[in-house]
Amino acid sequence: MTERIVIVGGGSGGTITANRLSEELESEIEAGKIEITVVSANPNHLYKPLYLYIPLGEAELEDTRRPLVDLVDHRVTLVYKRVTEIDTDGKSLAMDDGSELDYDYLVVGTGAIPQPEETPGLGEDEPGHHFYGPDASENLRETLANFDEGHLVLSVIGTPHVCPAAPVEFPMIVEEWFRERGVREDIEITYTYPIQRLHGVRPTAEWMVPRFEERDIETKTFFNVENVEDGTIETLEGKELDFDLMIGIPEFTASPIIEEAGLGEEWMEVDRNTLESEHAEDVWGIGDVTNLPTSKAGSVAHYASGTLVSRIASEVRDQVPTATFHGKTICFIEAGTEEGTFIEFAYDREPVVRDENRFLHWSKLGYNEAYWLTARGVM
Amino acid sequence: MSETDIQADETVDAIGSACPGPLMDLIGKIKDVDDGTVVELLTGDEGSKNDVPEWVEEADHELLDIIDDGEYYSIYVKKT
Repeated sequence: MTERIVIVGGGSGGTITANRLSEELESEIEAGKIEITVVSANPNHLYKPLYLYIPLGEAELEDTRRPLVDLVDHRVTLVYKRVTEIDTDGKSLAMDDGSELDYDYLVVGTGAIPQPEETPGLGEDEPGHHFYGPDASENLRETLANFDEGHLVLSVIGTPHVCPAAPVEFPMIVEEWFRERGVREDIEITYTYPIQRLHGVRPTAEWMVPRFEERDIETKTFFNVENVEDGTIETLEGKELDFDLMIGIPEFTASPIIEEAGLGEEWMEVDRNTLESEHAEDVWGIGDVTNLPTSKAGSVAHYASGTLVSRIASEVRDQVPTATFHGKTICFIEAGTEEGTFIEFAYDREPVVRDENRFLHWSKLGYNEAYWLTARGVM
Repeated sequence: MSETDIQADETVDAIGSACPGPLMDLIGKIKDVDDGTVVELLTGDEGSKNDVPEWVEEADHELLDIIDDGEYYSIYVKKT
């Protein structure tokens, strides 16, 4: 009898896991004991970190996406449908076309979905911009290209949000970009954050302070955006801040199918070391959809997939799974358009943020090109 | 270990939530409830003992009590 591993989601977690599983279980697949299926509503895989560069004219939408069929191992079956229901008792998925798909082992990698509409005044046709999507990042590019004087405010609204370095990087990159365009003197930049320091990760917050001061980027903390309208941001704390261009880091949520399936109230609840669902047998979570106590970053999905693949392979082979995940996370941080740094941390290890340099900036740009090898499970 | 007579209307369980999780979880709840509601935040994060009172003062709400339950803290906040 053939057992089926189904992976829901064609993002970083789903794609890397599918490719590594097909390598690991090569002999079982060839013997007809295992088949692997990826279900994705989108036939394209998206490399979302590039959305940061689109508003500055340094990346195009076509750079952010590649067809899944070009990235996923030929031994994996691709199904381009939206999963509407997960029945963990019956071990079955319902699809948007009315069909069903049974599984023996299930990996959920449905990601974190931006919810700009949760903040009045943020999103499409609203005064507040963001860059977490194709249309949003292109709209912001057009607005930025015509912005040569006034007050730009970048507000972190929701935490956790995906790509935790992006709001750190954007003010420093755009500040240098304005200088290069000769308009910096006429533009004021303010960065706001919900809690009492500049970032949730304390060493990152400490690294930011002198760099934002050097660049004359104003900061405001304890700033929880409630409403954006008529050129003014209003906060839960009763503050007001006027702006000419507002960019928000929106709230993010998991797909509603997670709560409906009983897999978690807010995010998919998994064991932080084994990645197994806290609520269902033979179900694992990968990437941004999970409640893992670390950043929602592609590197987490990348490193966690190694644990996941090993544990599923052990289950398939009736061995005792022993691989564990300890929260390894790596994020590059750009400090403008010429230099960058990176942070590495884990559940029990705070990051050390080193001084920025040109080599790490070029490493980040190089990795943006090489990412597709990560998606393929090669590096 | 200590006790309190405060009755919470809502409880936010942020035990195990990494920093800045507990404070952001509390802020999210405060956004949704009516004035006068008492919210109990359960947190295992030592930093919450300082972070939460600072934010409560900034946002002009009322800190009712912080109870050390041994493995976690119960922080009671009234939305005003």
